[in-house]
Amino acid sequence: MSVSVTFTVNRIPRTVDLDDPRVTLLDLLRERLDLTGTKKGCDRGQCGACTILLDGRRVNACLALAISHDGADIQTVEGLSAGGALHPVQVAFINHDAFQCGFCTPGQIMSAIGLIEEGQAGDDPERIREGMSGNICRCGAYRGITEAVVEAASVMNATRQEDAA
Amino acid sequence: MAEVLRMRHGSNAGQPITRRDGVLKVTGQARYAADNHPPGMLHAVLATSRIARGRVASLDVDEACAHPGVVAVMTPGNRPALAMHPDDKSVPFSFRLDLLQNDRIRYAGQPIAVVIAETLEAAAEGAALLAPRYEVEPVEVTLDADGVFVPPAVGVGDPGEFRHGDVEAGLAVAARRVDATYETPMQFHNAMEPHGVVATWDGDALSLDMPTQGFALTQMRLAALFGIEARDIHIRSPFLGGGFGSKLLTGPQVLGILAARLVGRPVKLVLRRDQMYGPVTHRAPTRQRVRLGATGDGGLTAIDHHVRTAVSRFDEFFEPAAGVSRALYAAPAIATTNEAVRLDTGTPGFMRAPGLASGSAALESAIDELAEACGMDPLDFRLRNYAEVEPVTGRPFSSKALRECYAEGAARFGWAGRPLLPRQMRDENGLLVGWGLGTATFPSHMFQAEARAVLRRDGTGVMETGAHDMGQGAWTALAQIAADSLGLDIEQLEFRAGHSALPDAGIAGGSGHTATAGGAILAAGEKVIARLTELAVSDTRSPLFGAGNIGVVPRHGRLVRWDDESRSEAFADILTRAGLDQIEENGTAGSAAAAEHYAMQAHGAVFAEVKVDPDLGQIRATRLVGAFAAGRVINPRLVRSQYYGGMIWGVSFALHEQAVLDPRSGRVMNADLAEYHVPVNADVPSLEAILVEEEDPHVNALGIKGVGEIGITGTAGAIANAVWHATGVRARQFPIALERLVSEAELDQAER
Repeated sequence: MSVSVTFTVNRIPRTVDLDDPRVTLLDLLRERLDLTGTKKGCDRGQCGACTILLDGRRVNACLALAISHDGADIQTVEGLSAGGALHPVQVAFINHDAFQCGFCTPGQIMSAIGLIEEGQAGDDPERIREGMSGNICRCGAYRGITEAVVEAASVMNATRQEDAA
Repeated sequence: MAEVLRMRHGSNAGQPITRRDGVLKVTGQARYAADNHPPGMLHAVLATSRIARGRVASLDVDEACAHPGVVAVMTPGNRPALAMHPDDKSVPFSFRLDLLQNDRIRYAGQPIAVVIAETLEAAAEGAALLAPRYEVEPVEVTLDADGVFVPPAVGVGDPGEFRHGDVEAGLAVAARRVDATYETPMQFHNAMEPHGVVATWDGDALSLDMPTQGFALTQMRLAALFGIEARDIHIRSPFLGGGFGSKLLTGPQVLGILAARLVGRPVKLVLRRDQMYGPVTHRAPTRQRVRLGATGDGGLTAIDHHVRTAVSRFDEFFEPAAGVSRALYAAPAIATTNEAVRLDTGTPGFMRAPGLASGSAALESAIDELAEACGMDPLDFRLRNYAEVEPVTGRPFSSKALRECYAEGAARFGWAGRPLLPRQMRDENGLLVGWGLGTATFPSHMFQAEARAVLRRDGTGVMETGAHDMGQGAWTALAQIAADSLGLDIEQLEFRAGHSALPDAGIAGGSGHTATAGGAILAAGEKVIARLTELAVSDTRSPLFGAGNIGVVPRHGRLVRWDDESRSEAFADILTRAGLDQIEENGTAGSAAAAEHYAMQAHGAVFAEVKVDPDLGQIRATRLVGAFAAGRVINPRLVRSQYYGGMIWGVSFALHEQAVLDPRSGRVMNADLAEYHVPVNADVPSLEAILVEEEDPHVNALGIKGVGEIGITGTAGAIANAVWHATGVRARQFPIALERLVSEAELDQAER
């Protein structure tokens, strides 16, 4: 028996006939929607490589069952620069060499965007380090990641203030 | 060819350009092996052993096959035939593999079956339904196991026993001695990308998406296993999600290739994280006894470094941990010896800075203990015993700016004025503060590599070599070298790497990839430019006619007279007039001839600050400054990142990571990223890496040494020494855990 579920993925409505209730959001994205930017590092919520924004919140896509999230809004790394221009977090990651192998990077970037939007960390490096600690980088690009998030946070906050003005 | 080879410094090498694969990586477009999905692809999931020794008594294959979506279950009973037994080691650099050759189990986590299904969910469920039953045999998984033996060689051709001078005599005359034993644990690489493969057969041709640190080695091994031609195996590995040595040699992905053979369709097999704690090699545990002697004024009289390590019951790789003691400090007598036990574990292998990471953690700790015994500052003590030549051979170093590393690192860190005694510093919150130092070193390796360069009539160039980028930045640094070798701006160069149909770039390992592949690139580019020069200087219509003896240099797509910048000609014009569409040349690189006459190593000095809670024993590394000299730097931005990464691995070695084995079952009890601790962002201190200038005319054509592994080598010891300086406790067991500092009220004892 298949169940029809609908998501908005990177602003595009997608309807999927799910023939299997065991499919996680991560495997749905990677194996059924051809969105392989989101990575599987551990499949049990310990590494953060699969971090996506689910209704605006950071979640580990490997721990979410697709069938439980009918109607959800999903943002993945592929949707960040859909208009052509890179997102400020993406730009900052490149400039600060905030990655090496790149495998954890989509998760780091989604986590960074989530953290900045949450408004919890501001541009305080210590709180950013804490707030980014759900995303493991085995290459050890943490210094660049922290610097990138600090910079992107100030760029995004400045843009937000301009928009508000 | 000119008598003196002029090193061309073009406009690219030395520049801190950002990663050329950066946009792909931040947009999710970089395609890793498991991101591929050819039409008709099936999913495979491994079933792995829960016991460490014995045999599989039964598998419920029928139950698994009955699950909807399951296409096949591969067991020793139906696994397609191989042309070579998986235990046959006649192919160079091959380890014994577990490819369902029988029902024997030789370590926990060994593959015992493969379930292939239409979906990943069905394959995973099928693997669970196999419900294996076992005949269990007793296991040994500790360094205290019986059957200690002396391996004839360790690492790759390192001597099992080495003696220079009379160590016992040196210890006997010493005024101060240290005799200490250090332990380092079993560690797993844990690259973020699990080992995976997408395999497609077309007759006897094999197409693979699979991360590898060595295309040619992998092709050779697979060709022998399957009885096919290496050239019929096409491997794509444009990006590795980290390797650290675990993706150098062919591993359990062969089972995915066999599964594809069995079902006649493309198959994707990706290891689960817990399956990466068995069949993909690890850093072996060590117990190292270091005996040192010194004269009253701190001159070393002897270094004796004895290592016990562990190897699997069925294969060979001995962690070469003692080797560092032959390379770092001047002493009249040096001995390095090894012994090993066989355990019911997977086979150990190469893990970032093999030998040196574990060995230098012990040696640097022991040196610190001897400095303390001599009442000397640890930096003064190291300078007192500075090796001006390679200690055991007397060969000069091709270059060695270690003294500058000590000086620049110490200045930046603020080492001067460090109290000699421990427990002298507290921060504003009452935490104990300690400062420690470690010397870093890593040998400069060169392997064999080839590259192909093409200069086209439109003035653009192509450089091809089958290089591997596992995060170190090959796509960028090698392209910089390539652009300079052809005298092109980097935008005018197409750099091709990352698949096996390209010229063999050697391995991405031993911190030698940039030197090796870069050397081949440089040679190929220079040959193209030599031919182009020949065309120009012998042509009366060229402004460069007759410049042959003066020489020309390629720059921004033009050949320019060495002595007169105003006389030049565009590459495109030279090729057009000669009626050529392109010039193509191959270049090669290999071991430097100078290796016979010089010791070649990168060096560094790492300064660490830790803070320790005096009541709870909690340890935090708070500040690290590393100063490294590794020859010429191709891209300072990427080199710094390599140093940071290595230093973080040093933090991890000192304070975090350790596989814990259950001595009864032989299983890794913390086979996941929650309980196998690696540093997260909040664990990482303020990091600084100083690139110390070093010119090396001998090491290789590019004058570069490796930077990928050295960072870990000084750091672990520096942190251990800082922990002592903070607390007065010598924790000789890595990782240094808070319970070691608070157990038996050691902290209090140190206080009294």
